[in-house]
Amino acid sequence: MLTHLPILQVIVPLMAAPLCLLLTRSRLVWLFALIVSGSAFVISSLLLEQVMTSGTIVYELGGWDAPWGIEYRIDQLNALLLLIISSLSTIVLFAADTSISKEIPADKHRLFYILYLLSLAAMLGIVATGDAFNVFVFLEISSLSAYALIALGKDRCALWASFQYLIMGTIGATFILIGIGLMYQMTGTLNMEDLSKRLPEVEQTRTVFTAFAFVIVGICLKLAMFPLHLWLPNAYAYAPSIVTAFFAATATKVAVYLLIRFTFSVFGLSFSFTHFPLQLLFVVLGLVGIFVASTAAIYQTNVKHLFAFSSIAQIGYMIVGFSVSSVAGLTATLLHLFNHALMKGALFLALGAVMYRIGSTKLSQFQGLGRQMPVTMAAIVIGGLSLIGVPLTVGFVSKWYLVLAVIDNGWWPVAVLILLGSLLAVVYVWRIVETAYFKPALANTESVKEAPLSFLIPIWTLVLANIYFGIDTRLSVQVAQAASQTLFGVSP
Amino acid sequence: MSLSLETMLQLSIILPLVATIGIVATGRNPNLREGVTIGTSLVLLYFVINLYQGLQEGTKVSVHWWELLPGLNISFSIEPLGMLFALIASFLWIITTIYAIGYMRSHEEQNQTRFYTCFAVAISSVMGIAFADNLFTLFIFYEVLTLSTYPLVTHAGTDAAKKGGRIYLGILISTSIAFFLLAVISTWFVAGTLDFKPGGVFDSNVDKTVAGAILALFIFGIGKAAIMPFHRWLPAAMVAPTPVSALLHAVAVVKAGVFTVLKVCVFIFGIDLLAILPSTQFLLYLAAASIILASLVAMRQDNLKARLAYSTVSQLGYITLGALLASQSGVLGSAMHIATHAFGKITLFFCAGAILVAAHKSNISEMRGLGRQMPITMAAFLIASLSIIGVPPTGGTWSKWYLLMGTIETEQLILMGTLILSSLLNIAYLLPIPFHAFFSGDKTDTYSGGIKEAPLPSLIAICVTTVGCLILFVYPQPLYDLANAILAK
Repeated sequence: MLTHLPILQVIVPLMAAPLCLLLTRSRLVWLFALIVSGSAFVISSLLLEQVMTSGTIVYELGGWDAPWGIEYRIDQLNALLLLIISSLSTIVLFAADTSISKEIPADKHRLFYILYLLSLAAMLGIVATGDAFNVFVFLEISSLSAYALIALGKDRCALWASFQYLIMGTIGATFILIGIGLMYQMTGTLNMEDLSKRLPEVEQTRTVFTAFAFVIVGICLKLAMFPLHLWLPNAYAYAPSIVTAFFAATATKVAVYLLIRFTFSVFGLSFSFTHFPLQLLFVVLGLVGIFVASTAAIYQTNVKHLFAFSSIAQIGYMIVGFSVSSVAGLTATLLHLFNHALMKGALFLALGAVMYRIGSTKLSQFQGLGRQMPVTMAAIVIGGLSLIGVPLTVGFVSKWYLVLAVIDNGWWPVAVLILLGSLLAVVYVWRIVETAYFKPALANTESVKEAPLSFLIPIWTLVLANIYFGIDTRLSVQVAQAASQTLFGVSP
Repeated sequence: MSLSLETMLQLSIILPLVATIGIVATGRNPNLREGVTIGTSLVLLYFVINLYQGLQEGTKVSVHWWELLPGLNISFSIEPLGMLFALIASFLWIITTIYAIGYMRSHEEQNQTRFYTCFAVAISSVMGIAFADNLFTLFIFYEVLTLSTYPLVTHAGTDAAKKGGRIYLGILISTSIAFFLLAVISTWFVAGTLDFKPGGVFDSNVDKTVAGAILALFIFGIGKAAIMPFHRWLPAAMVAPTPVSALLHAVAVVKAGVFTVLKVCVFIFGIDLLAILPSTQFLLYLAAASIILASLVAMRQDNLKARLAYSTVSQLGYITLGALLASQSGVLGSAMHIATHAFGKITLFFCAGAILVAAHKSNISEMRGLGRQMPITMAAFLIASLSIIGVPPTGGTWSKWYLLMGTIETEQLILMGTLILSSLLNIAYLLPIPFHAFFSGDKTDTYSGGIKEAPLPSLIAICVTTVGCLILFVYPQPLYDLANAILAK
C-alpha cells in the first residue's frame, strides 16, 4: 500500500470527483469531498515523511519502465508542494458548505464539488508527475476546472473574468505545449529525468533555446508574474470566496513549482542561468512586480482585489528569491511559497466570512466591522501583519531568509528595495484596519453578527499556523532547505 | 515560595501577559480589574528587585527559550543596563497605574479594559527588551511593543487619533523594517552572531565603511529613539490619554529606543570600534542638531503635551549623543539619563494630565495663575522641570554632569556647547510655565473658583515621582553603581 502512495495521491481525488454525482444531498457531497481532500492530506504527509527519511521516491505507472512509461518522482520539493496543496485544500473546504450556500445556487453545488476535486487532483498531478507531457495534461485539467469554478461566481463580472483567464491560460498552456514539443523533437523523450540528461548534449541549438523561452513564458503566464498578471485580479475578485481562497493558496504555488522544476531540474542550472539572461530578467521583473502590484493594491476599493494585487506582489518576492539562484535564495522562495499559502489562505477565507455576512467585500462596507465581527477582523489583522512581515509571524521568516540570501549574493540595493517594498504592505493593510476599527458601522450592516464557526475554525486554524510556523520554524525551514539542496545537488 | 532567579526572569515577561486574561475576565468590574493590574505590577516589581539583588551578588542568570531560526535564539539574561531599564519601567508601571485609575475614571474614558490590557502587553514587551540576550530577541519585542501601543495611542477612536496613530505606526514600522531589520540582518551577515557581548561582536579588522553604514542604519532604524528626522511620531502620539503619554512616551517606548541604541553601541559595536567608525562623528552632530532643533520647536508649542513631547525628543538626543561619544563617562551619563529623565518627564506628563482633568486646560497660555488652585501639581511641575534642566537639587544634575564630562574627555567642544545651550533652552521653555502659574494672573480671580487639585490617586502618583526626582539627587549611588557596571566587564 505504502509503495503506491504517489499514484494514490492523484488518483483518489480524480476518481472521487465523478463519484460525487452519485450523491444527491449537497451536504453529503461536501462531507465526501472533505474526506477525499483529507485523505489526500494524509497521503501527502506520509509521502513527505518518507522522502525526508529515505530520499526520492520513484513510482512507475502500470509497471512500465521510464522513459517509455510515465514515472512519478517525488523528492523533497514535490512532497512539500503536495503537502501545501492538500492541507490548504482541506482547510478551505471545511468552510465550503456554509460559504457556497449563499454564493452558488443550490442546483450547482454538486458541480462545484466535482470541479473542486478535479482541480485538486490536477494540481497534485502536476506536482507529482515526472513526465513533461503529463504535466501539460494535468495543467489542462486544472485550468479547465478553474475556468468553470471562477465562472460560478455570483457577480456577472465572473463570466468576463473567467473568459479573460481562459484566453490567457490557454495561451500559457499552448506555449508550454510548444516548448515540450520542441524538447521532444530534440531529445525524443518526455521524461524529465531523461530530458535533463539529454538536453545538455543539444543545449547549444536554437531549438532548445526556443523551447526554453516558450516554456518559461507559458509558466509565467500561469504564475501571474508581472507583467503577465492581468488575468489574476479579476479572476480572484469575482470567483466564489472558497475558490479564491483555494486558488490564492495553491494555484500560483503550482506554477512556481513548475518554474523551479523546469529551470533547475530539466534544463539545469548552468543552461538556465548562464546561457540565458534569466537572472537579470527575473530580478528586475520581480522587483518591479513588488512595487507596481503593491502600489496598485493600495488604490483598490474592493478588498478581494486588494489582496489579489498583494498576491502578485508576493509572487515578486518569490521570483527575486528564485533569481538569486543559490541554495539560500531558493530556500527563501520555497519558504515563502509555504508561508504565503498560509497567509493568503487565512485572509481570503476571512474575506469569505465577510462576504457571507454582508454580501460584499467592498472596502467601504468594512466600516465598523472591527466591532461587529471582532474574531474575523482579528484574523485579517494578524494575516495582514504576517503579510507585512512582523516578527513572530511566518512573513518575518520569509523576509529574513530572502534578505539574507540577497545580501549573501552581494545585492545590497535589492535587499533595501525588498524591505522598502514591504512598507507598501503596511499601507494597504492599514487601510483595512482603519476602515474596520475607526469608522462607525453603516446603516445596512448594523445588525451584522460574527461569522459562524464553520468559518471561524478553518480561518483560525490558518491564523494560528501563521503564528506557529513563525515561531517554530524547524519543519518549514528544514524541508525548504533540503529541497533546495537537492535541486542544487549539494549534499546536506 | 522560593523561585529561582531564572524562573523570575521568565515570569517578569510572562506575568503581564497572563494578567491580560485576568484583566479581560474582570472587565465588567473596574475595581477588580484595576486590582489585577496593580497586583500584577507589584509582583513584577518584586521579581525585578529580586533579580537586581541577584545581579548585585554577581549571580549569572540566563534563560534560553527556543531557537526561532537556526542560530537565532530567543533568550534572556540580566546585565546592569537592562536591569536599570527594567527597574525603572516596572516601578513606574505601578505609579502610572495608580495615576491612570484617577485619570481614566474622572475623565470617563471608554474601553478601559482594552486600555489596561494593551498596557500590560506593552510592559511585557518592555521586559523582553530589557532582558534580551541578543539583538534578535530585542528586535522581536521591539516590534511587539510598537504594535501593542498602537491601540493605546488611538484610544480615543476619533479622526485625530486615527491620524496620530497613522503617523505613529507609519514611522515606527517603516524605520524598523527598512533600516533596523536591515541593520540586524547585516550584522548577522557580517559578524555571524547577534549575541550581546561586552566589547562588541565585530572583528577588529572589519571593514570600517560597512560597519559605519550599519551603525547609521541602526541609529536611523531605531525610530523609538526619535532622532530627527524620524521624530514626528512622538508629538503625533500625544493624542493618546495622558497616562499612556506618560508611561509609554516618556518612559517605556522612547526609553526602549534609546536603551536599544545604548545596547547596540556598547554590546554590538563596542566603544573601541565605535570611536573609530567614519559615521560616528556625523551621527553625533545629527544627535546634537536633534537636541537643539527639538528644543527650539518646543519653545513654540502652546499645547503643553506637545511642548513636553518635543522636549522629550531633545532629551533623547542626549542619550544617543552620550552613547555615540564612545567613552566611559558618555555611556555612564546616558544610562543615568535614562533614569533621571524618566522620573522628570513622567512627572511633567502626570502634571499635564492632572491639569487637563481638574482644570480642563491643555494650552500653556491658559495656565496663568493656576498655581493658586493647584499648588501641589505646579510645585511638582517646577521640581521636575529643574530635573530636566539638570540643576540641583534634582537627579538630572548627575546625568548631565557625566554627559558633559564625556564631551570634555573626548574633546568634543562643539557638543559640549550644544549641551549647555540646550540647558538654557530648557530653562526658557519649561520654567515660565510654573512661574506664570504662581505669580501671574489676577490674584483675586473668581472665574476658576471651581478648580481643585486632581483626583487623589493621581496626586499620589505625582508626589511619588517628584520625590523620586529629589531622591535621585541625594542618593544617586545605586544608580551610579548600576550605570558604572555596564562597561565594567
